[in-house]
Amino acid sequence: MMPVEILIIGGGPAGLCAAIQAAEMGSKVLVVDRNNSLGGQLVKQTHMFFGSEKQYASTRGFDIAELLLDKIDKMDNVEVMKSTTVLGIFEDGVVTLENNGKYIKIKPKATIVSTGASEKNLAFPNNDLPGVYGAGAVQTLMNEYGVKPGNNVLMIGAGNIGLIVSYQLMQAGVKVEAIVEAAPTIGGYLVHASKVRRMGVPIYTGYSIKEAHGKDSLEKAIIWQLDEKWNGIPGTEKELDVDVICISVGLSPLSELLWQAGCQMKYIHEFGGFVPARDENLQTSVKGIFVAGDVAGVEEASSAMVEGYIAGMSAASYLGYKLYNMQEVKDDLMQQLNSLRHGPVGEKIRNGITSLMIDNEAAASIDAFK
Amino acid sequence: MLASTGVPTQKDLDKVFPSDERLSKGPTVIVECFQNIPCNPCYTACRTGSIKEFEDINDLPNVDHDLCNGCSLCVSNCPGLAISVLDMTYSDEEALLKIPYELIPLPTPNQIVKGLDREGKEICEVRVVKVINSKALDKTPIISIAVKKDFAKIIRNIRLEE
Repeated sequence: MMPVEILIIGGGPAGLCAAIQAAEMGSKVLVVDRNNSLGGQLVKQTHMFFGSEKQYASTRGFDIAELLLDKIDKMDNVEVMKSTTVLGIFEDGVVTLENNGKYIKIKPKATIVSTGASEKNLAFPNNDLPGVYGAGAVQTLMNEYGVKPGNNVLMIGAGNIGLIVSYQLMQAGVKVEAIVEAAPTIGGYLVHASKVRRMGVPIYTGYSIKEAHGKDSLEKAIIWQLDEKWNGIPGTEKELDVDVICISVGLSPLSELLWQAGCQMKYIHEFGGFVPARDENLQTSVKGIFVAGDVAGVEEASSAMVEGYIAGMSAASYLGYKLYNMQEVKDDLMQQLNSLRHGPVGEKIRNGITSLMIDNEAAASIDAFK
Repeated sequence: MLASTGVPTQKDLDKVFPSDERLSKGPTVIVECFQNIPCNPCYTACRTGSIKEFEDINDLPNVDHDLCNGCSLCVSNCPGLAISVLDMTYSDEEALLKIPYELIPLPTPNQIVKGLDREGKEICEVRVVKVINSKALDKTPIISIAVKKDFAKIIRNIRLEE
């Protein structure tokens, strides 16, 4: 059995920031990621980030990944295991991993779950045709492997991911025929929408996909307008010649490990599904298990990074590590989170968090800050 | 309406365009930011004090066009590519418009390209005057285009001949 102080599951923006913060406080950290490189979704983000300087605003996502990974590389007390999948968190505190066919058992003193989220699918006739992708898959193909996913794309969903991936497709020389959005208004940032509109990409709000057609692979998509009950209106169909349909209809938290660990979970629609109840230090109802990033509620990468620092600090502090100005650093992080969530766009996040807060069993981590 | 189309209306644009009197005095920024989102790099990039400090990071940019000299530092720093610089004093007939442009190939100076409006519709031909793609711009090149004054407030993008 390998002894571990702090185990971080998932090396995306939240996990990397958690590792940096926990290691800076002197604890020994193990970051486990099932991919063969760290950075999570950051490595595919070619656009500049929003937020403030503290969350690397105006820096591109893949450059942020570099900055964080550089920091981790320089830290002696951070160990990284790539291509390693966490299989389970057990009652006795044992966590099992699989790496290259090897079964490994570890016993961490504290665990930060930062597993992120996965894409939601959409049911429509022939959605299993080759050429129907999730937006994340298209980003991976284009931005990680340099593979053009097709020539003519229908994007489903005008949230930030749908808008950003549409823009990236256009940058890669792929034509985006249209973006459809079932809601009456655009869900993503309007600056992203304006960016693709002035490249000539139409956005149909109040529209969805009716069905896909194709023999061996996707050849055609039929879209139609929705009524106020989100049912398709016959007679409003439009036919689009596309070889790619890209689905970006939201994310849901990858929370299986938290369920298994017995964390109290709540369904919060605004957060994309079941998310863990937690205290303000991001400790779940199970002592010693902390969360950060999309697994704690789907949000932007900027808030995931801040949550990562908070969870890293909480876990290290839970084990007795301190910083001389810990309260000051914590107040600043809390302030950053609050301001990122302060505007109208953050309203649903604020509502979601209010119903998730716990202050009973997790009180120990609050004490640790005193 | 912007929230359902992604295209700012004339009413939206009227809120962010400076007066014709200000435009007649020289270059200034047009900040097409209409939604309260957590973002402030335009303020941190500004060296002239014309983009005011944000009280709340979700505020809309507050621009004092009288202090702005059109230096363009904010243009490539805006993650939303929402900022352009308009100089109505460029010549008698033409205005100079600086826009962020993240596509390849980049145009070259003196090239005639299509000027597009905010819906991506081709409006008129425009002439590329300058292309800046320095390291400081971090992959958001700035293209200066000469546009007939009548179209200067309509054009917001370009398309190279296919």
